[in-house]
Amino acid sequence: MTDTYLNLVNSGFTKKMAKQLGLPRPAPLVRFQAGQPLVRGPVLVLAAASSGTDADAVGKQLLGWGLDVRRHASAGDTFGAVVLVLTAIAHPDELAEPVLATGATLRSLARGARVVTLSRVATADDAPAVAAARHGVDGLLRSLAKELRGGATGNGVQLADGVGVDAPSALGALRFFLSARSAYVDGQLLTVDTTAGTLPEDWDRPLAGRVAVVTGAARGIGAAIAETLARDGATVIAVDVPAAGEALAKVANKIRGTALQLDVTAPDAGDRLLELALRRYGSLDIVVHNAGILRDKLLVNMTPEKWAAVIAVNIAAQLRINEQLLVSGEFTRAPRIVSLASTSGIAGNRGQTNYGASKSGVIGMVRATAPLLTAFGGTANAVAPGFIETDMTAKIPFASREIARRASSLQQGGQPVDVAEAVAFLASPQAGGVVGRVLRVCGQNLVGA
Amino acid sequence: MAASPPNSPDPSGSPTSPAQRRAVVVGGNRLPFARAGGPYAAASNQDMLTAVLDGLVARFGLQGEVIGSVAAGAVLKHSQDFNLTRESVLGSALSPQTPAYDVQQACATGLETVVGLANKIRLGQLDSAIAAGVDTTSDAPIAVSDNLRHALLKLSRARSVGQKLKAVAAIRPKDLAPVPPRIVEPRTGLTMGEHQALTTAQWGITREAQDTLALASHTRLAAAYDAGFFDDLVTPFRGQTRDQNLRADSSLEKLGTLAPTFGVKLPTPATMTAGNSTPLSDGASAVLLASDEWAAAHDLPVLAVVVDAETAAVDFAHGQDGLLMAPVFAVPRLLARNGLTLDDFDFVEIHEAFASTVLCALAAWEDDEFCKTRLGLPGALGSIDRDRLNVTGSSLAAGHPFAATGGRLVATAAKLVAERKAELAGTDADRPVRVLISVCAAGGLGVTAILEAA
Repeated sequence: MTDTYLNLVNSGFTKKMAKQLGLPRPAPLVRFQAGQPLVRGPVLVLAAASSGTDADAVGKQLLGWGLDVRRHASAGDTFGAVVLVLTAIAHPDELAEPVLATGATLRSLARGARVVTLSRVATADDAPAVAAARHGVDGLLRSLAKELRGGATGNGVQLADGVGVDAPSALGALRFFLSARSAYVDGQLLTVDTTAGTLPEDWDRPLAGRVAVVTGAARGIGAAIAETLARDGATVIAVDVPAAGEALAKVANKIRGTALQLDVTAPDAGDRLLELALRRYGSLDIVVHNAGILRDKLLVNMTPEKWAAVIAVNIAAQLRINEQLLVSGEFTRAPRIVSLASTSGIAGNRGQTNYGASKSGVIGMVRATAPLLTAFGGTANAVAPGFIETDMTAKIPFASREIARRASSLQQGGQPVDVAEAVAFLASPQAGGVVGRVLRVCGQNLVGA
Repeated sequence: MAASPPNSPDPSGSPTSPAQRRAVVVGGNRLPFARAGGPYAAASNQDMLTAVLDGLVARFGLQGEVIGSVAAGAVLKHSQDFNLTRESVLGSALSPQTPAYDVQQACATGLETVVGLANKIRLGQLDSAIAAGVDTTSDAPIAVSDNLRHALLKLSRARSVGQKLKAVAAIRPKDLAPVPPRIVEPRTGLTMGEHQALTTAQWGITREAQDTLALASHTRLAAAYDAGFFDDLVTPFRGQTRDQNLRADSSLEKLGTLAPTFGVKLPTPATMTAGNSTPLSDGASAVLLASDEWAAAHDLPVLAVVVDAETAAVDFAHGQDGLLMAPVFAVPRLLARNGLTLDDFDFVEIHEAFASTVLCALAAWEDDEFCKTRLGLPGALGSIDRDRLNVTGSSLAAGHPFAATGGRLVATAAKLVAERKAELAGTDADRPVRVLISVCAAGGLGVTAILEAA
């Protein structure tokens, strides 16, 4: 639905008034369109002194993508992005120089600019100073992201030890965060666990030749996922309950896919998905578990039916489908599972014990499912949407809806396509090294950070 | 899309022998049927036909595909819909290069369309086809009276003021009343229900037998929906997800309370009610037909083969046969031509125009005398036990949008035999699994067909 407030503070007289009153002024976000430049201006690559080699490698890659790469800021530059390379830092002292240099550029960022950190995951095996430095990036990035304005976002790529900045998923994640595909992803650190994955031949059609199933595809986020996967080159089987068949057929016809009216809680749902995909398209490579329901009630008033329905659709069905795919021996062509979690599953939400349990369950499920797929070049990950403008959130009472919209760094709700872009990235060949992770698409919502 | 003309027989290959080439049913789609004036009241035939084609396209991923021919029809058709099927194709997700034509044979339109297209596929004239049907009794055409029409036409031809005044002066107030379509036989002036009431009385079909058949139709249709049988046969439309006429909680007691609607002036007890007669309905259906080669090339399933068909007509206006009894004559001829008996069918689908239509047919085939004298058989044709008759319900429960019923029957029948064949795999896999389909129609017509699991 339309965000009237966002339109008011960005046009005409009301824009001026909002400025004078110091009201929050969310910026219209730039979304991905084919043919648009990857970044809206020159890219400044900054690095800690120790991380110069990685910074050089990153700079070379960015040049390869046709970007205008700078290593130093000069007066009058308006940067489209700042990439901060901190991969080799061993002590928090090393942060000062590159971080303050980044700070000096913040006044001259283009609208919709990107700040992306590249760092390493802190583990218990690290020396304490190394771990402190590495984990310090976490708080640095999240705080920095909250200071950005004008639709700019800040996100980080965290590499596991042994994964270089040139690993497919390191580059894939960096490119995703730089691009307009990540418009509503803000304040997030995505971990790259392994060197698995491959770079696509065509960055605009990374899913070419892949066969995908999207559940709950008739409306809202599911329909956007189906359309986005198709845009990226995938052949899509759009699945929803039989009662949603009319809208489902429209989605399938729009993206030249196939509509399958199927309740995901059917005992043989996984086998039926697989059978259709194999017979019609010869393969099944991507499964997006998007189908989900809400049956909100305070726990004190919760009925067995409301509890059971949410668990059955939101998590039990996913587990059963995944198991059927895994034992079939047919889900082995660099398979991808992308499952929809929720910020309610991370932070909890009053009245959503059932929903929260199911969505948190999804996070646990992908963590344990991904390692079962890595032998085939596969992985499983989750996307956790925050406040997204859908039919579902349009039903939230006005005041609560306005609060939910503004309670994020981007001061607005996301669009279904924002979630779809994150799903498409995790379904792509370049995301093979992201193993069992959760990517939030929430505009850096204040809830559950 | 291939550059070569769509569906032209391969010029490099040898001519296909009709005996070798099969016409198969790939699958079907229909809208949930609605009652007249119900949720589809504002939908035109073209709206519904386009929607049912789009649902079929989505189910089988046929967007932009050139289909050999789409044939469809409507019994109640506006004159502006002279090219209804082609217009619907143009509005659908199919390639605009898909040819189309309209067919009309009263309530047998849907089945006759399947038969005609299947024959073209068998002849090698088509590789793929969609047989469809649609009807709306909510958006029925309303005409002006003959007098008004003649006067208006005269007026349009008039040149002088005098001629114009003369034309207008010929119009009488009663001519201004609109003329809605009537569901009556033009030759007898009787409605179909009154005709059937005569036949019901002739064969002595009881109220209880009719209500029992109607109840079975409702309970079986409801059970089939609950089992997910229609998940790949039906696409919801305008908020309707199941057939509106379906009463899952119907009972003999409830059906027994309904007052008779037809045959109330006959000397025999009136037995036909709104509960054991089909309601006026809105809806559409479509069946995807193909050659084996086309289905294989598109990686699509094959449910059943269209084996053969037979049409009959009876002289209901002057003769002794009931208006809806033509299938009784068609079936024995169809069986004889294929060397089959009623026992050779796993399923029998008889369109339930009225419960008594089905029961009269069954009674006729069990009647030694009738079969000898009227059908020229040595004795009774045989009987059909109820556990293979209309096993997923039929028109009494689903409703009967005239031209859409044939497509509903064929898609349902094809899925039934395919499922039975799959169940037999491993035990009796070579046994042919057949279904007999029978549809009666206005004008004393009846179309029947045999499908066999592929």
